[in-house]
Amino acid sequence: MIDPSVRDDFPILSRTIRGKRLAFLDSAASSQKPRQVLDAMDELYRTKYANVYRGAYLLSEEATTAYEAARATAAEFIGADTATEVIFTRGTTTSLNMVAYGWGLEHLGEGDKILLTMMEHHANVVPWQLISRHTGAELVYAPITDDYRLDVDALYQLLDDSVKVVGVTAMSNVLGTIPPVADIAAAAHQVGALVVVDGAQLTPHEPVDVQALGADFYAFSGHKMLGPTGIGVLWGRMERLEEMEPMEGGGEMIADVQLHSSTWAPIPHRFEAGTPPIAEAVGLAAAMNYLSAIGMDQVAKHDAALTEYALGALSNIGGLHIYGPDDMQHRGGVVSFTVDGIHPHDLATILDGDGVAIRAGHHCARPLARTIGASSTARASFYVYNTTEDVDQLVDGLHHAKELFGVA
Amino acid sequence: MSLEELYREVILDHYRSPRHKGKLEHASAHAEGHNPLCGDEIALDLLVEGGKVTKVAITGQGCSISQASASMMAEAIEGKSLDEVRDLIGKFKAMMDIEGDPKDAGIDPARPGAALGDLEALQGVRKFPVRIKCANLPWTTLEQALEDV
Repeated sequence: MIDPSVRDDFPILSRTIRGKRLAFLDSAASSQKPRQVLDAMDELYRTKYANVYRGAYLLSEEATTAYEAARATAAEFIGADTATEVIFTRGTTTSLNMVAYGWGLEHLGEGDKILLTMMEHHANVVPWQLISRHTGAELVYAPITDDYRLDVDALYQLLDDSVKVVGVTAMSNVLGTIPPVADIAAAAHQVGALVVVDGAQLTPHEPVDVQALGADFYAFSGHKMLGPTGIGVLWGRMERLEEMEPMEGGGEMIADVQLHSSTWAPIPHRFEAGTPPIAEAVGLAAAMNYLSAIGMDQVAKHDAALTEYALGALSNIGGLHIYGPDDMQHRGGVVSFTVDGIHPHDLATILDGDGVAIRAGHHCARPLARTIGASSTARASFYVYNTTEDVDQLVDGLHHAKELFGVA
Repeated sequence: MSLEELYREVILDHYRSPRHKGKLEHASAHAEGHNPLCGDEIALDLLVEGGKVTKVAITGQGCSISQASASMMAEAIEGKSLDEVRDLIGKFKAMMDIEGDPKDAGIDPARPGAALGDLEALQGVRKFPVRIKCANLPWTTLEQALEDV
């Protein structure tokens, strides 16, 4: 496990919640930030802030250098061939919408299929529904198995040459399941489908190599990986990026503008209309450097150790049901559960009273919630700053909730 | 603010054993409400005869606050005239309105639920602002149903 002294890097962890020690177990929704990230953004604003690309003056040059260095850091972090394949966006949602609108609108039509999985977050469902309305392409879904894994065989059954897009999460934000994306990508490419991977949950927690995954597009957010909000990445294979139209027009993304038409700037700038999130990109790079210094292998091991500990501790609680794989094979640090006789929102309120922050609800995955037969679940998720003490505090809180509700 | 103040025994009792559970075959009004954020759901049937709510039936799922509020609401409105029901809705919403001035609604700030009987138990929800929408859900659903009457 990671040395608990990393907690000292996270100022927020020293505060109390209603007089109790904070056990922050909602990093899958958004993570906390280390001072290294806060300082990097602060330093940019204090010492070298100006708009990027525009100014023929030193400040702008320095800000541009910092912004482009962040792009190079991001490229290296995910194993991209070149930094020009990294597009900075507002987050995973924007990244996925850019692919749906920029690629899907151009290349999909009647008779085409978009193959998604039942465990997608709404961000990898709704953009495709919108594109389906525009193009007539049909949405099909690969089911999950009874043990909460992706039914890969069923997915392969659905895969024929009418499938033009395969959209798959690299890790479920509800179940914690990590599907075999590389295998799925290889099969999808056999039928000529585009592979779009939602990396929002995987990127913060496991080493990622987009080349090895075989994705065509890979999307993730900064705020779930110790970075700021308002920044994310869309990585795309260069030949696929070249097939994509810009979703937004504006400044910085053009080569020339005539009255009735324009030509585009080179990639990646073509897809970054307007003033980009400069400080946020610098903050994201600082977060990536922070994680790399720990080592993503270590991060993954730490999450796995805590998850295993939590699965063991939670399974001893009567009336508690876990929604997700019960072993550590191909699963990440997200544990969703319900407790008989206590609604997840009541659990969350009671746990909050004990200083424990968890998520409750459908986690922006309503199709999955219906499939698993739990319209609402409670979810604990782990990150570098969590310890077994946090899990113990969760378990104590759950016993407290059962006592308060008179549930045996 | 203690959790015990929020989860009073009367609330937990209504949550565990919801009153007026079910559907009406010949309802005069029906409405469904849900909170997209948390998934709480309420389906409400009313039988209105001679300007009176003579029967109430509710189905739903969700947290203790939304379901207890529905159960207590059903008990409170059955047998009441439509005017009395509308008056009760106003009083309940005033109790839950943490931004409004209690005096404007003619209620005692020290005991905003004084005129509400058992429903007063829900005033602890005021201290948990994210849960107010749970308590209000059955009441906004009731308002919708009354539009049909």
